[in-house]
Amino acid sequence: MSSEQKIRVLIAKPGLDGHDRGAKVVARALRDAGMEVIYTGLRQTPEQIAEAALQEDVQVVGLSILSGAHNHLFPRVVKLLREKGMNDVLVIGGGVIPQDDIPGLKEAGVAEIFTPGTPTAEIVKYIREHVGNR
Amino acid sequence: MPETRSKGGLALSDHEERARLESEVRKWEGGPVAKTLTRNPERKESFVTTSGIEIPRVATPLDVQDLDYLNDLGLPGEYPFTRGVQPTMYRGRFWTMRQYAGFATAEESNRRYKYLLEQGQTGLSVAFDLPTQIGYDSDHPLAEGEVGKVGVAIDSLRDMEILFDGIPLDKVSTSMTINAPAAVLLAMYIAVGEKQGVPSEKLNGTIQNDVLKEYAARGTYIFPPKPSMRLITDIFEYCAKHVPEFNTISISGYHIREAGATAVQEVAFTLADGIAYVEAAIKAGLDVDSFAPRLSFFFNSHLDFLEEIAKFRAARRLWAKIMKERFHAQNPRSLMLRFHTQTAGVTLTAQQPFNNIIRVAMQTMAAVLGGTQSLHTNSYDEALALPTEESVRIALRTQQIVAYESGIGDTVDPLAGSYYIEYLTNEIERRALEYINKIDDLGGAVAAIEKGYIQNEIQESAYRYQKEIESGQRVVVGVNRFQMEEDPPKNLLRVDPEVGVRQAEKLKKLRAERDNDRVRETLRALKQAAQGDANLMPVILDAVRVYATLGEICGVLREVFGEYEAAAL
Repeated sequence: MSSEQKIRVLIAKPGLDGHDRGAKVVARALRDAGMEVIYTGLRQTPEQIAEAALQEDVQVVGLSILSGAHNHLFPRVVKLLREKGMNDVLVIGGGVIPQDDIPGLKEAGVAEIFTPGTPTAEIVKYIREHVGNR
Repeated sequence: MPETRSKGGLALSDHEERARLESEVRKWEGGPVAKTLTRNPERKESFVTTSGIEIPRVATPLDVQDLDYLNDLGLPGEYPFTRGVQPTMYRGRFWTMRQYAGFATAEESNRRYKYLLEQGQTGLSVAFDLPTQIGYDSDHPLAEGEVGKVGVAIDSLRDMEILFDGIPLDKVSTSMTINAPAAVLLAMYIAVGEKQGVPSEKLNGTIQNDVLKEYAARGTYIFPPKPSMRLITDIFEYCAKHVPEFNTISISGYHIREAGATAVQEVAFTLADGIAYVEAAIKAGLDVDSFAPRLSFFFNSHLDFLEEIAKFRAARRLWAKIMKERFHAQNPRSLMLRFHTQTAGVTLTAQQPFNNIIRVAMQTMAAVLGGTQSLHTNSYDEALALPTEESVRIALRTQQIVAYESGIGDTVDPLAGSYYIEYLTNEIERRALEYINKIDDLGGAVAAIEKGYIQNEIQESAYRYQKEIESGQRVVVGVNRFQMEEDPPKNLLRVDPEVGVRQAEKLKKLRAERDNDRVRETLRALKQAAQGDANLMPVILDAVRVYATLGEICGVLREVFGEYEAAAL
């Protein structure tokens, strides 16, 4: 990956959760940091997210969820991405996700979870350091 | 009516007095202030509210020069209602203490409601899960993982009966946070009342029923705007005749604020939505005074204590003027902005959660000093999970302590006459009106939302707020200052992941036990009515009474009305 090419990121809202303030703020922060960001909008199924990731040829998928359905939906997204051959895509998440659930999500292939209060700068740094490392 | 301007109180009585004060202020700024600033600069270069309103170093009569007591403030319970919508306010009765609650199954939520009533709350508030809010049964594929997580799962009248088991609907008022399928949940509530022997005329409560803010900020819409407005006006019409004690809508700013809006935008976008609803109802043939007295509102109580108090007062005055001058409402009750408040969830932190108790206490006081009719206080674990019994109890005690121990309810609108509060009230009203005019130019709230105007304004404000936090300009105690190492929180509420399975089993049983011929009949009648322009409430009631499920009813409506497609923004 040449340094001139922008990192491509998909920010997605899986499930029925309608809270998109965080997703939009993160998308904007990543754009300001020089990344190419596509925001899916609300009510995406894992299938729709994986398809969008493929179509948009992204290196990072960021999942935002505040409804408590993360344990069900995040692993599904990872599984579908891998099934579509996107083994190098970095999957990260954020929202209202209890600390206790994070190890399980990581085991399912989510690289990192960014909980409430995380500065966007930290997310930018994480992506830059981990993109393409799989 | 000619304006008689009173000259007492705040206003300066003549040009000479004003000139003298201006001169004194200049001397003070050039003298003691300048001297202090060289020794000790102020904490910030400029002080502004969340809305960007300049905060004066000290407010004086010069900041409220044209204020006229009778025209601009008036007396409580009288136009323009700046000081409150009732003459005696909390001297007569405290605000309703109404904690938003609900999770997992109707049985568990029923237990929580009884607990809250035992602990002294004075009204019920139902939180529904996302599948319910979006018109899906618990066994719908899209409901997987979501059942019972953010509220109670209600699939049919049977669940609703369990939810209110042992709770007399003629003795308690219930607010239901339900929007797109509000007609269905209202019908279920009416049907539960019937089974309890309580006629719909005696039912007391509120349905949120505010679809415009769903499109703009909250996201639990189902149908496109036109049929959604039809459903809303059908509800207005039906309730005016049959459920006169119910607030048919809770025009909401809470969520708009949570999504990132400033205080001014919260007032502006909420009232713009209100205008759209009034216009839709009038267009549908309703007389404004037949439904306006039962419109209610829902606001946020955020961190800038003084701005929030002024915000509530500005909202009341602005709405009163709109109803009088724009819609020519005659009934004084049509001019009253009655509102519920919730303390700002978005301001509560995952870090050092007990600090949130203080934030909520401040926000409670702001709402009370602002004259709210009803209040929900968030629990300290708001950023982490749904409340436990302990955390919701402390939130309720916060209200009770403010009510019974602080004394702020013993006189109406105590901050009136404060130069700063009246200056802020004026500024918020003025700036909100500017936004409303802009939205009018765009074609009204529906058009503004379809064009993405409101969403963009909210997003800009949200991004600005986040930048302020990350630059350190805006301090969040425990998050960007005064941080500490913490153990992960313990004893948080967790919703049993098997709730979805249990609800699916209940549905199977229900479908086997009910009269499916009757269900099919009522759904057919519903489809026909939806395709025409008859009021949908009676047919929805018929379907609900024979245990058609929420998903089945909304499925028919989805077929006829289609689904809202959010534009890619």
